[in-house]
Amino acid sequence: MTYAKPAFRHPDAKTNDVGCTRKDYEGGLSTLCAGCGHDSISAAIIDACFELSIKPHRVAKLSGIGCSSKTPAYFLSGSHSFNSVHGRMPSVATGANLANRDLIYIGVSGDGDTASIGMGQFAHVMRRNLNMTYIVENNGCYGLTKGQDSATMDTDSVSKKGDINPYTPIDLVRVGIEVGATFVGRSFSGDKAQLVPLIKAAISHRGFALLDVISPCVTFNNHAGSTKSYASFREHNEAMPVDFVPRREAITTSYDAGVVHEVCMHDGSVLRLQKVNEEYDIEDPQSALDAIAHHAKEDRILTGLLYIKRDSEELHDVLQTASKPLNTLNQRELCPGSRFLDSINAGLR
Amino acid sequence: MEPKQSVNDFVIKFANVNGTGSASANGMFAKAIFRMGIPVSPRNIFPSNIQGLPTWYEVRVSRDGYLGRRGGIDMMVSVNPQSFAKDVSELDPGGYMLYDATKPLDLRHVRRDIHYLGIPLTEMCLREYSDARQRQLFKNVIYVGALSALLNVDFSILKDLVSEQFKGKEKLITPNIHALEMGHQYASTHFDCPLGIHLKAGEQTPKHIQEFDQILMDGNTAAALGAVYAGATVAAWYPITPSTSVVDAFEKYCRRLRIDPGTGKKNYAIVQAEDELSAMGMVIGANWNGARAFTATSGPGVSLMSEFLGLAYFAEVPAVLVDVQRAGPSTGMPTRTQQSDILAAAYASHGDTKHVLFFPATPAECFSMTVEAFDLAERLQTPVIIMSDLDLGMNEWMSPPLKFDDSYRYDRGKVLSGEDLEAMTERFGRYLDVDGDGIPYRTYPGAHPTKGAFFTRGSSRDEYAAYTEDGDVYVRNMDRLLKKFETAKSLVPKAKIKPAQKPTKDALLFFGTTASPAYEALETLEKEGIHLDTLRLRSFPFTQEVEDFIEAHDRIFVIEQNRDGQMRRLLLNETNVEANAKLISVVEYDGLPVTARKIASVIRGHLGIDNVTHLVPKEKELAS
Repeated sequence: MTYAKPAFRHPDAKTNDVGCTRKDYEGGLSTLCAGCGHDSISAAIIDACFELSIKPHRVAKLSGIGCSSKTPAYFLSGSHSFNSVHGRMPSVATGANLANRDLIYIGVSGDGDTASIGMGQFAHVMRRNLNMTYIVENNGCYGLTKGQDSATMDTDSVSKKGDINPYTPIDLVRVGIEVGATFVGRSFSGDKAQLVPLIKAAISHRGFALLDVISPCVTFNNHAGSTKSYASFREHNEAMPVDFVPRREAITTSYDAGVVHEVCMHDGSVLRLQKVNEEYDIEDPQSALDAIAHHAKEDRILTGLLYIKRDSEELHDVLQTASKPLNTLNQRELCPGSRFLDSINAGLR
Repeated sequence: MEPKQSVNDFVIKFANVNGTGSASANGMFAKAIFRMGIPVSPRNIFPSNIQGLPTWYEVRVSRDGYLGRRGGIDMMVSVNPQSFAKDVSELDPGGYMLYDATKPLDLRHVRRDIHYLGIPLTEMCLREYSDARQRQLFKNVIYVGALSALLNVDFSILKDLVSEQFKGKEKLITPNIHALEMGHQYASTHFDCPLGIHLKAGEQTPKHIQEFDQILMDGNTAAALGAVYAGATVAAWYPITPSTSVVDAFEKYCRRLRIDPGTGKKNYAIVQAEDELSAMGMVIGANWNGARAFTATSGPGVSLMSEFLGLAYFAEVPAVLVDVQRAGPSTGMPTRTQQSDILAAAYASHGDTKHVLFFPATPAECFSMTVEAFDLAERLQTPVIIMSDLDLGMNEWMSPPLKFDDSYRYDRGKVLSGEDLEAMTERFGRYLDVDGDGIPYRTYPGAHPTKGAFFTRGSSRDEYAAYTEDGDVYVRNMDRLLKKFETAKSLVPKAKIKPAQKPTKDALLFFGTTASPAYEALETLEKEGIHLDTLRLRSFPFTQEVEDFIEAHDRIFVIEQNRDGQMRRLLLNETNVEANAKLISVVEYDGLPVTARKIASVIRGHLGIDNVTHLVPKEKELAS
């Protein structure tokens, strides 16, 4: 059940460029377990949309099935939302986007929804470079059915029952870079400083933006021996800090030291990031794959913006669809009328 | 045996090897007859193969305008040694066998009761052409030329057709006409032309054929045009025989009609999906967002789409699906026809799910019903499935010209615009039954800054789209969906009822491509003094007339092309009449379109009347 939140608003609450307060981006009360990483991600989405001054009704939220896929009920209640079927959100998002290219599409999925039942659709939506943000709330397990391993569970990670996972994990960011996602980031639900700017950048990106967000399952996958627990993740995280500067704001950096790399986004905003080493070119897919693999070998999980292709053709460019959304075309524009049918008939005689 | 005699009423079958270019030559032969103003219905009987396996093309010429399969073959054009034995055995007594006489006839396959016409096709080609490909292709053109002499096909029409076919490739016209002439000349000099069976232009045709300047078109193209006319902007699909040409044709017409002249950009989007699940997901996403979207598939695709069809039913999202049925189960016979997805489509998906089905019987109905399907899907906010089949979808049918009424306006259903929402004082309830017809109001994403947003889900929800596990609220919603299905009965295309010449308690009930042979069988039986009322189903849910019709008759033969009598079962399930004893199943499911002869014969059997004629002898008279 989605619980309503009290409607109280602080009179001094800060408003953004479109006159909304942060509260305008909230949703119903979460029914997930207390401490669930997913709720932190919902909060980060709320912050990102508020800070980007997005009009809530111009967002369409999409999800599949699972704990993660419930979360669109917990943010942006002023947006339409489509909680579809298990593993099939990418196709629904594709259809929705084809119908109206002017909305902002935010998809939320889980590791079961994405890496198992939805692996096919996940791969193909990236191939097509659909203009959307796709957030995987990745906890390595199936929460709603009580803790079975998922396909992103690391080899040798120990389940709550004590079973050791013998299978190879699917690394979503590597899959994403391989098959055509044009913005690939990884983050941690507990790292708001990194996650919020990453979400902002993902939304501003034109094309398919994948965010693999490690989000520990407090109930079924947060014990010693699990590689997706809060403790384990914090210990192994190799974070590349990120800062996002919207187009209208002056650039000020929150990072003093290290190598700061600036990426000018398609809409004029700027993504600033600090890389783990200078050799790594985040606009080169092979370089990104090598860096991710190198860190994985060292038992480190590289987070931050891992790969970006800035000037890519999203699906509408490839299909050469009109700039006017297809769902706004009327009968006069679409229906050829009886005269054309006469010429069709004539050709069939 | 005397050679068969018949003017404008015979069946000719071509036995070819797949991938040898026979399809276009055979198509030209049928089209020439059509242009002569003589009713003709060609059918491709092809293998699931690109090259090498036997393939057939059956052309029925029917003075009386019957377009279904008659049954029986009067002339065989045999250019495939692989299938020769089978082809010989299929001919009716008195029939003609045109064969390649380059090699002598195999005496094991000689029948005394048929007439052989040998033409050395291979030899003629070897002599005339040096290129292997040409030797292959022109063999087909030569036998069409021979047939023009043997059957009286208007030679000038054949020449016109060649010119039209090779428009833009002019240098191919002369050699093709030369090949036609070679065949014509050979036949004229070696045989008494025309044969006993032949064509005659200017003969009287039945009124329903005369009334219109007929066209020749396939159902898939017609359905695609229906989608264009209905304003579909999104098509998502996965290739599958026999539905592939639906989206191919949609794309072809969109390229002509939907390119913005100013920008060169497309007012449509077509995506070849990774599978049928995804295709249906895209259709649902686009419809949810206010675009008209559709997909086309066949049986295996319907199985895969079932999950999404259930979502669309329950979450109340419009969707249009063209199901071009083929022989199942599983992969079945992919290139053969059947009407065997009835139950799978009617109840696609788990839980209590039902879908609106349309049953077109002609290309004209494929067109008009597809247009109508988009309206109804949006009016009812549910999937509408158009139940075509391979015979209708992929074969060319004579049809009255397609018609479109320019004063007709799309019905986009109950959609609240931004202005509607702005003017609303009460709270928007996505699943509230405001009008008492079970159909709620919906909004498109982005319509209004603060009102009208809702959460679409496949899980149980209340009237305001909030998740609920409250049993009473769930039942209320399920009952409203049922009420909506009742409302559908007043909106779907009505059944066509045709009373017999004399009052009777016996009737025929059929749908889709079974209609043509069924009407023909009916006329045959009528001449024998057997009177039957008929009902042609055009949609599900069943309308009141269907129940009344069943009520009013004692015996109703339900004719369909599947093993289990699926439509009969659906009628028993979904009507409120006691019909188990009344509904008698007449089924044909060998993958070929059911014939009029077969239907008439089965009905006679049921009525205890011995078949009047045994058209095919039980044992073939074989030469020693």
